[in-house]
Amino acid sequence: MIAALKNSAHRAWLVLMVATGITWYLGEVGAAGTWAIVAMLAIAFVKGRLVILDFMELREAPRMWRVLLEGWLIVVASLILLAYWISLK
Amino acid sequence: MQAMSTITLPAPDPVDKRLPGDLAIWFFILAELLAFAVFFSAYAFARASHVEEFNLYQQTLDRNLGALNTLLLITGSWFIVRAVQAAHRDDIKAVPPNILLGWLCGGGFLVVKVIEYSAKFGAGISMSTNTFYMFYISLTFFHFMHVILGMVILTVLWFQARNGAYGGHNAHGLESGAAYWHMVDLLWIVLFPLVYVMR
Repeated sequence: MIAALKNSAHRAWLVLMVATGITWYLGEVGAAGTWAIVAMLAIAFVKGRLVILDFMELREAPRMWRVLLEGWLIVVASLILLAYWISLK
Repeated sequence: MQAMSTITLPAPDPVDKRLPGDLAIWFFILAELLAFAVFFSAYAFARASHVEEFNLYQQTLDRNLGALNTLLLITGSWFIVRAVQAAHRDDIKAVPPNILLGWLCGGGFLVVKVIEYSAKFGAGISMSTNTFYMFYISLTFFHFMHVILGMVILTVLWFQARNGAYGGHNAHGLESGAAYWHMVDLLWIVLFPLVYVMR
């Protein structure tokens, strides 16, 4: 078990499963509004980053590709946040 | 002298700065990500002018099935990582079963999605019902098509892997297909909270 967690992909899988459970739970308790939105986007960002770095193996890749994919995640999360912020006004 | 030459001949790009798979697949992935970025933003900004409608009809979606599908895609991605890692350590026999398990997770995703769609379509919901359902159906269906394409790629990889194509000597094709499969996972990781949960 401990040995398996030395593999970053196995660690990432575990975090991704737990994080999905948290997002599901926030939906179950009807979390809404600014903090719920920020929390869910933050969770999605952490999850997306794990997929990019540990599943796609871009952690050790040329910097440009890492920046492009992580940048995509940041731009998408920011646009969603902006749209939700507008809707809350 | 020989020792000297091995020391003075490092690759211009160090081994640890390697892009997995073919460069072309990464440009393809980038194009796909840009298309989905437009769709995700379109959803979020359309919602900003239909907040009540989106909040109301979002509650008709099955969050449990959406979360289950997230778990299936993540686990499917993880099996493909295991296949790539097996190839890298030259454990050729471990590659095909892991690809198959990843494929089965994709199949599970499709089954769950069909159950979800049939409940919605059975209730008479269509693209023209309202703006929310138009986005829900088009976004999830566009993603659904990508899962199918990913599974077609995995099928090809499985046949190749069974012929011993992927090992320590060559995992290039496997890595390219894996990168595409992870992209399908990455997209759902944004899509699920956005369409099913955030309000």
